[in-house]
Amino acid sequence: MQDSGISVLFMGKNFLRLLEGLWVTLRISLIAVLLSIPLGILFGMFMTMKNPVSRAVSRVYLEFIRIMPQLVLLFIAYFGVTRAFGWNLSADVSAVIVFTLWGTAEMGDLVRGALISIPKHQYDSAAALGMNKIQTFGYVVVPQTMRRLIPLTINLTTRMIKTTSLVVLIGMTEVLKVGKQIIDANRFDYPTAALWVYGVIFLLYFLACWPISMLAKKLEKRWR
Amino acid sequence: MEERIQLQVSGLVKRFGTETVLDGIDLCIRKGEVVVVLGPSGCGKSTLLRCMNGLESPSAGTIFLDGEEVTSDGKKITQLRQKIGMVFQSYDLFPNKNIMDNITLAPVKVQKRLKSEVEQDAERLLKRVGLWEKRKAYPRELSGGQKQRVAIIRALCMNPEVMLFDEVTAALDPEMVREVLDVMLELADQGMTMVIVTHEMQFARAIADRIIFLDNGNIVEDSKPDEFFTNPKTQRAREFLQTFAYKKRRTHTD
Amino acid sequence: MELNFDFMVKYLPWYIDAAILTVKIAFFGILLSLVVGVICSVVQYYRVPIIRRIISVYIEISRNTPLLVQLFFLYFGLPKIGIVWSAEFCAIVGIAFLGGSYMSESIRSGLESVEKSQIESAASLGMSNALTMKEVIFPQALAVSVPGICANVIFLIKETSVVSGIALADLMYVTKDLIGLYYETDEALLMLVVFYLIILLPISIIASIIERRLRYAGFGN
Repeated sequence: MQDSGISVLFMGKNFLRLLEGLWVTLRISLIAVLLSIPLGILFGMFMTMKNPVSRAVSRVYLEFIRIMPQLVLLFIAYFGVTRAFGWNLSADVSAVIVFTLWGTAEMGDLVRGALISIPKHQYDSAAALGMNKIQTFGYVVVPQTMRRLIPLTINLTTRMIKTTSLVVLIGMTEVLKVGKQIIDANRFDYPTAALWVYGVIFLLYFLACWPISMLAKKLEKRWR
Repeated sequence: MEERIQLQVSGLVKRFGTETVLDGIDLCIRKGEVVVVLGPSGCGKSTLLRCMNGLESPSAGTIFLDGEEVTSDGKKITQLRQKIGMVFQSYDLFPNKNIMDNITLAPVKVQKRLKSEVEQDAERLLKRVGLWEKRKAYPRELSGGQKQRVAIIRALCMNPEVMLFDEVTAALDPEMVREVLDVMLELADQGMTMVIVTHEMQFARAIADRIIFLDNGNIVEDSKPDEFFTNPKTQRAREFLQTFAYKKRRTHTD
Repeated sequence: MELNFDFMVKYLPWYIDAAILTVKIAFFGILLSLVVGVICSVVQYYRVPIIRRIISVYIEISRNTPLLVQLFFLYFGLPKIGIVWSAEFCAIVGIAFLGGSYMSESIRSGLESVEKSQIESAASLGMSNALTMKEVIFPQALAVSVPGICANVIFLIKETSVVSGIALADLMYVTKDLIGLYYETDEALLMLVVFYLIILLPISIIASIIERRLRYAGFGN
């Protein structure tokens, strides 16, 4: 009976438990984004430096992080680092570390893109007006890069939320795992629970990401 | 010029939103006639041409080509457009195809003609305008004037009965205007029916059998070129011609 | 750090099989996502009423949910209403569902970059809409879309790493298995990274070559 499956959600604290499960990954993404923004800005500026060593280092870092699936990075942090250094990283700490490393790389690349998109004559005319480097940066570069960066940063947040769903694969109890527990507990009474539970999780993720994407789209349109 | 009517426009009205661009145009063009449409910018010249080719559908009125109505009905209009060639200000060669393929595409795919036969036509025409050696080149490798000559040939290879020219020299550097206009003059001499929108007054006088002067979506004057340029009937046409004269004087005194 | 080479040699075939599975899912998933992308972008481009709305809903859903959750729904949820698909098929459908929207957006931006006057000049030559799409719009759009399509291909291959979540024995699955069974963590992870590099590095190099070529040899007018 399909109509019985949906009632699983309203039994006891099941729905609340799902929301708590979602919060587990949302919290990780929020922490990772908040750390990635300042680190990414620094990394982006580091990448635009003329020094060949800094260029090479940042290039390798960016390319490696970019080319590896995030799940591979997560495995390396969770299984590998623990053994190699004898640190016992919990799943959520390794998740925060990995997603911050990834977020920093992505954010850094966005910052770099925004910085190099400012035409040279902007610097020239700032100089012609007698501005020093710090003034040029503060009055000319930052305001122009911000408009480009803010929508992209918001987009990065939705990517982060989607990507943190991976943590279930290193054994964290998040929304998918909670969902599975609910399904298993009601296996005999409500055999169709899986459809509803996973359907609702699907919807919850959509409701978490969609408004953020819309906001990014709106800002992008307005500031272009 | 024959007496047969090739293109007949009656009661043509075109509105964009609340703005009336063409306000009841009546016009008969005979076979082999060269008609130049003049008028201040925004008078509806281009819109008139675009209606003739079904790129814009009239708000009211009819256009007949060889007794067949030009409508925006999908199948029928593609049929009709094969009889009307049109050349645009922005050349619009297809950048993904070389010159020869630009020319042969429509005759082969639309008219289902033999490729070899179309290529012969193309060769003859390209040689005549001195662009035969460019047949393998891509549009980006050509100058504006060259591109526009190719665009004319591309339209001609469909063997149209009428050719429409929409400010074809407006985007060209001054020294390239001539080469394009010469091709058009030659075409007129061969008896092609042509409707031309242009800002080149001298050229208009040289090529036209008839000048149509449009203002505010109406035909204000319809006369022989010599008559129009030396002794325009209406105040508005006189003012229009004056703006050109005025401009010229300015450049002398600068 | 000393590596156990015997171990690595012994389990190499596991990784090869897993890599083949990854490539297979990625290949068919990406192929399908291109089909979906072309259809969706063309519908959106011509602003086909109603269908266009449905497609934009699909695009929003697909872009705003994680693949893993999509897969769980397909693999564990759908059988409850009688739609039973194999894990592999679910994975391919999942990649296509996710990738379709990304491909569609890339292709659409290409289509929309083709100037309206190109379409009018094709129309004035008596070309039908379909012929204009095939000969004029699509080839020009492709040149603009290709870098985005390449980025999507790489993104989608990376995304296949989550199919281990529905018990497919891909590279992630094998790695986790070996770590669990033998604790040869360094070796298992090293092989994991190497195999992903083998799959992804050539594609990403090819993608950047194509992108550079297109940038210099762009049609330009």
